[in-house]
Amino acid sequence: MKSLKDRLRLSTFAVLAAASLATFALSAADAAAEERKSIKIGYAVSKTGANAGGAAMTTIPNYKLWLADVAANGGLELPDGTKLPVEVVEYDDRSSAEEVVRAVERLAGQDKVDFILPPWGTGFNLAVAPLFDRYGYPQLAVSSVTDKAPDFVKRWPKSYWFLGGGRDYAGALAKMAAAQTEAGVINSKVAMISVADGFGIDLVNAARPAMKEAGLEVVMDRTYPVGTQDFTTLLKEAASSGADTFVAFSYPPDTFALTQQSQVQAFNPKVLYLGVGAGFPTYGRNLGPKADGIMTLGGIDIKNERNMAYRERHKALNGEYPDLWGSVITYASLQMLADSIKRVGLDREAVAKELSTGTFDTVLGETKLEDNQLRQLWLLGQWQDGNLVGVEPADRPGASKPVLPKKAWQ
Amino acid sequence: MKTILGLAAAAIAFAGLAAAPLYLGTYGIGLMIGLIGYVTLASAWALFSGPTRFVSLATVAFFGIGAYTVSAFYESFPPLMVLGLAALIGLGVSLLVGLATLRLAGVYFVIFTFGLAELIRQLVTWYEVNITGTLGRYLFVSYGPEVVYWQLLVLCAVTFGIGYLIQRSRLGLALKMIGDDEVVAEHCGLPTARVKLALFALSSVIITLVGAIQAPRWTYIEPTIVFNPTISFLTLIMALLGGATRLWGPAVGAVPLFLLFEWLSANFPDHYSIILGLLFMAIVFVLPRGVLDFLEGLTARMKSERSRQAAGTAPEHGKGRLAEGEAK
Amino acid sequence: MTLMTALIAGLVLGGTYALAAMGLTLQYGIARIMNLAYGDMIITAAFAAFVLQGAAGINPILGLLIAVPGGFLLGYAVYTVILAPLVARAPNRGVLEVDSILTTFGLLFVVQGILLVLFGSNYTSYTFLNEPVNVLGATIAANRLIALILALGLGITLYLLLTRTRWGTALRAVAVSPQSAQLVGIDINRAAAFAFALGGGLAASAGVVISMYQTFTATGGVVFTMKALIVVIMGGVGNLVGALAAGLILGLVETLVSTYADPGLTLAATYAIFLAVLLWRPQGLFGRAVR
Repeated sequence: MKSLKDRLRLSTFAVLAAASLATFALSAADAAAEERKSIKIGYAVSKTGANAGGAAMTTIPNYKLWLADVAANGGLELPDGTKLPVEVVEYDDRSSAEEVVRAVERLAGQDKVDFILPPWGTGFNLAVAPLFDRYGYPQLAVSSVTDKAPDFVKRWPKSYWFLGGGRDYAGALAKMAAAQTEAGVINSKVAMISVADGFGIDLVNAARPAMKEAGLEVVMDRTYPVGTQDFTTLLKEAASSGADTFVAFSYPPDTFALTQQSQVQAFNPKVLYLGVGAGFPTYGRNLGPKADGIMTLGGIDIKNERNMAYRERHKALNGEYPDLWGSVITYASLQMLADSIKRVGLDREAVAKELSTGTFDTVLGETKLEDNQLRQLWLLGQWQDGNLVGVEPADRPGASKPVLPKKAWQ
Repeated sequence: MKTILGLAAAAIAFAGLAAAPLYLGTYGIGLMIGLIGYVTLASAWALFSGPTRFVSLATVAFFGIGAYTVSAFYESFPPLMVLGLAALIGLGVSLLVGLATLRLAGVYFVIFTFGLAELIRQLVTWYEVNITGTLGRYLFVSYGPEVVYWQLLVLCAVTFGIGYLIQRSRLGLALKMIGDDEVVAEHCGLPTARVKLALFALSSVIITLVGAIQAPRWTYIEPTIVFNPTISFLTLIMALLGGATRLWGPAVGAVPLFLLFEWLSANFPDHYSIILGLLFMAIVFVLPRGVLDFLEGLTARMKSERSRQAAGTAPEHGKGRLAEGEAK
Repeated sequence: MTLMTALIAGLVLGGTYALAAMGLTLQYGIARIMNLAYGDMIITAAFAAFVLQGAAGINPILGLLIAVPGGFLLGYAVYTVILAPLVARAPNRGVLEVDSILTTFGLLFVVQGILLVLFGSNYTSYTFLNEPVNVLGATIAANRLIALILALGLGITLYLLLTRTRWGTALRAVAVSPQSAQLVGIDINRAAAFAFALGGGLAASAGVVISMYQTFTATGGVVFTMKALIVVIMGGVGNLVGALAAGLILGLVETLVSTYADPGLTLAATYAIFLAVLLWRPQGLFGRAVR
């Protein structure tokens, strides 16, 4: 008897719960359509969880810096010269794909923000790309390395891809190594290791054919799982492989561990190439002169004064210099957005077109997208005298010459 | 009579929820997908873990298997068949795992299931890297979030239906006995191992289907995304919070927690973790027996006060969140 | 790479695991608290070492002298303020297990949240004693060697204390049967609080040592909790020597698989070994058959 009553009460409870839920969702939906006093910009980014480390390096500080710069400037400028302050809506996606999808739905459908800044990471940018497309928001996907960018642009015409793909980076590395082999500085053998995750696999898949094409011989090709702490065995194998070039497509914790452990093992390849993390400002600072000669993705042109000024502003606001790969590009992409708004207003269609076709003056210098992709990138950098300078593409203005072989650890 | 009323109320609730996409915006639908997803996960989890008191952290293993099956086969087969395939694979894995592990007890089972989830994730990664040569699969489907929502809703209703039937059947009685004292149950001639295995498989298949249904939401599938251990933890916490031995318990835990997460992440993105953690601890202290038990206790108390019955006869609610009876 | 080198590299790696797991085995085995925030205590100590080294110029070895008592006090405070009421309230072990999982899960978020506010979610690391040391022909890093030595030293010291002293016997009695321990006049609350605090101190020592060679983030605690949990379960709950042995075995397995099979399978092998041990001996390698 009692259990029947219980059941009845509970099903009533369920109905009530369903009804109250519906009203919860509805009441939130009637965002007021008042006179425009501000421009709403929203973003969902990983503040906690597995992706938080990457987002805290490349994405969040640059969003903050840009928003601060815009505020200091009196707001975002519109074509008629008026300036409107920016209202920020910010969510934490907790490094979960379902959360980031829902947060973007919320930004678009409920908060009705004017523009949405992208999340951090290749996977998450892909997860939200269909939503940006459906709601007509331009997507400035900066922190995603993908060779499929041309396909994605066809699928989602308002998506923009800023960081190139594995083939670009692997190709630049192979080109440099081939040139050095020809010059007799190093032998043609290459040892590669890669992290078993999106980035590592993308790069190593691109590197295999690139090395072959460049006439290099891959004598070691190993993959290790995310979270590996001890690289002793891999380094030993690389050392005994006879390769002068050691390449690790690694994540930051691995990069730091590889750096430390190759010192302990006195592992001294003539070319030492490490993955994400070797471009972090703390990396060069912690290693000091020992960093000299280490190669990685990215780099900067230290003669570019605007970039150097940006770096100082970044440090003043965030307490730390930006990383030397994605950060400056994140900031430049936001400058492009602001410039587009200044030129064509808040119409997202027009802004998207302007982003595709316009030429912009950013911290990178004159910037223009090709087929919605940024192609003026430093694909290979090398630490030289405490700076990570860009060495490939070698024909790009501001490129430095690689200094090889790398000196042995002291 | 009252059962019929109850069923009618449930039917109305279902119809109302099914109509939700007609009046909710996209965010509303997204919210409901997440919500129903977790209600289903928590309820399916409790189907097995509630009566048997085996705390499983393998939720995400099956969830991920579902998602991966869909991403691997969605181009080759029609959607329903892919779901069927996912269910079959989930069933196979769960039977295999169940046969091997159900003799483990207590915390050993907890940790085993966690290890299992990580093992499957590592193996999938290794397979993708070494055999298919890529990591990350693209998943482009033609249907929108409403379809995902309806599929989930049906699955959710089915889960409740199964839970309801089990409670009313002889199986439910058997389960109660196993939960109370497995040794006694065995002496009474109950096939405890088979009952547990069947439940584990059932619960795992539902969880697999949740993963399979939700996967198209993410466009891009990779092991770190679909084998995210947080999913296992949240499912467990939600079910325990509501009370895992009741039919509606997991739902009563999942709904407020899910909305709370959503509200906190929107309003306190920087202090989300701290507030969440404090709330969590507060819940354990204030609602020691789960929300549902607390609510029932409250109504029972109000009633007894109203009828001015003899004081001191506190309503007995035997069930804790999960476990009672002497430790083994 | 010779077998000897692989073995030594494996032992050194295993030392880290063992060190990280010993505190948890005390907390779970004696205080009966399944502490999901354990890894975050390790991370907290790692940050403490980082701050001491960076801001105050105190090297991590001396930092241990500050961090370990700190961890002990923190553990004591957490137990008496948050967990003791739950223990007092719980009618049996099952309820306590669920309650402590939920509470420490909350604690995990609080600690993580505070670390996030203080330090952000950046990768943090510094270099200390990254010097090569030659052991039986194998070159290993001094900082990792310290982890192994500390793990062995602490493990053996604590083991002797637990088995050879009156105080240790009391703690073990609480671990085996709290009810009977009470009957013979042992204050089980004090014993449990002490064991939990000791676990906190061990977590702090692990955090300081690990921070010398490993990159950490404010949100990375759960990885340590899980690894430690695996070691604890493998070694047998509450068994220090078991934790030590299981940690070393895991390290060896990882290194051997990486050397002789495929580095891509190291973690898969870890979990496979762990699952196999559980199936073969559910009570752990060194656990008693009846808990």
